[in-house]
Amino acid sequence: MAKPEQCGNCTKPATIHLTQIINNKIHKVDLCEDCPFKKGVTDPEGFSLADFLVQSPASLISDKSLKCEACGFSPADFKKTGRFGCPQCYDTFHEILEPMLSNMHKDVVHRGKVPERALARMSRKRRLDQLERDLEESIKSENYEDSARLRDLIAEARTALETT
Amino acid sequence: MLITPLIEAKAELTDGGLAPEPIVLSTRIRLARNLSGEAFPGWGDSSQRVDILERCLDKLSRLPAFKDGTFLQISDLTELEKQVLVERHLVSRELIESEDATGVFIAPSQQLAVMINEEDHLRLQCMRSGFNFRKAWEEADATDSEMEDQLDYAFSDEYGYLTACPTNVGTGLRASAMLHLPGLVMCQHMEKVVRMVNQLGLAVRGSLGEGSEATGSIFQISNQQTLGESEDQIIKRLITILHAIIEQETNARGVLLENQSTMLMDKIGRAYGILRNGHLLSSQEAVNLLSLMRLAVDLGIFPEEKRAHIDRLSMEIQPGHVQCSANADIEPELRDQIRATRIREQFASFPTLDFSRIQISPNLNQED
Repeated sequence: MAKPEQCGNCTKPATIHLTQIINNKIHKVDLCEDCPFKKGVTDPEGFSLADFLVQSPASLISDKSLKCEACGFSPADFKKTGRFGCPQCYDTFHEILEPMLSNMHKDVVHRGKVPERALARMSRKRRLDQLERDLEESIKSENYEDSARLRDLIAEARTALETT
Repeated sequence: MLITPLIEAKAELTDGGLAPEPIVLSTRIRLARNLSGEAFPGWGDSSQRVDILERCLDKLSRLPAFKDGTFLQISDLTELEKQVLVERHLVSRELIESEDATGVFIAPSQQLAVMINEEDHLRLQCMRSGFNFRKAWEEADATDSEMEDQLDYAFSDEYGYLTACPTNVGTGLRASAMLHLPGLVMCQHMEKVVRMVNQLGLAVRGSLGEGSEATGSIFQISNQQTLGESEDQIIKRLITILHAIIEQETNARGVLLENQSTMLMDKIGRAYGILRNGHLLSSQEAVNLLSLMRLAVDLGIFPEEKRAHIDRLSMEIQPGHVQCSANADIEPELRDQIRATRIREQFASFPTLDFSRIQISPNLNQED
């Protein structure tokens, strides 16, 4: 079988051809001479190919305009560090992330513990924020009946949040 | 020194609160957690990291688990103190390499610790001696829930707990056991075991974590996958595989006893001789020799109650601990001398080896 000429990590010619078994699946990766060493890898047996298994469309990774709105992190930063910038990056880079997660983990959906109390508090906080926005609107539109009702609801929501 | 109270305190892991077991030295559960809406430590700037450290510290100090606990800011510690904390598995090497608003909160029992601003905002770890995942997970889970009550975690319905590195996302759980596998090492079966374990989605490392060597035939085995399975499933799967490895180790010891008992007794006898009489011992040599003494206890050649002494000695003869006890930075050669003296003094009060329980191989030259 003819070996690909291009490195799977950059555009240089591939001279290193590695095979690794991860979760009973055989993965083959072709790399140029520099890429494994740039990542501090000198022992082909002792490193994970996970970094090189990002099978996302190249256009997404090289898309310079794609940045996390919350923290300014870019796909290039991820390639460099192997880590994300903030929790929001999981949404921003969703398309790059999915194929990577399916290579690394059992599945791509969380089936473990859920922070019940924190989630309940967050949903109460969201409700309070919404009620406050509604109140502002009702005052602006001089809808005083609604305003009075909303004030009561806000007071209730505040108490609920404080006691969570 | 800031960490003197920690070193001197009696703690289960370092002082044999529970009788140590053969093969499984300790069990650890680690949970990676981050605060909602905040840049991860590796990407946040200094002021963001300081803010996270202060917030986490304030909330953690209110938890019952950390009442009377010790908080150590890494920038306040000497290089030696940092090394001792790593040798005691209380912090990771990654944490001590960054001094920028990083710290560790250690519960009085020293079984529970939370690193702040390591790779993730919070890394909770719960350690137990022996093979004790149930207890370790129960405590880690309960403390995590208490923390969650005080801090808003970054959590997604789809991906679970969000972590700086996608290799930890989901449960954020790393469950690991420290195994003493001299039988498999002597039978040269470790390579096979490592391959098998890797194929099953687990990782094998040396005793000091990623990139460290497996001196003293001690290996850390942990799950690699954190997403797509519940914490219980991950732990159960790991336990099943660990049982298989323990069985392999027991078999390897059986084979060695049956076919190469003279070689085995020679190794143990020589180890005892050097530990009792040596005057210069590097930490690597000492750990390897003490590993043979632990095996001697498991085989009934050395008294059962000495296992805890050997485990404690194995920790205390590491480079950081030796220098810490001498209260100075010492050159390696002098360290080797102090280490050997310390071990000699301990072994002077230990009984001699009792080889009578071992059946000698009929003829060394006619082994199968």
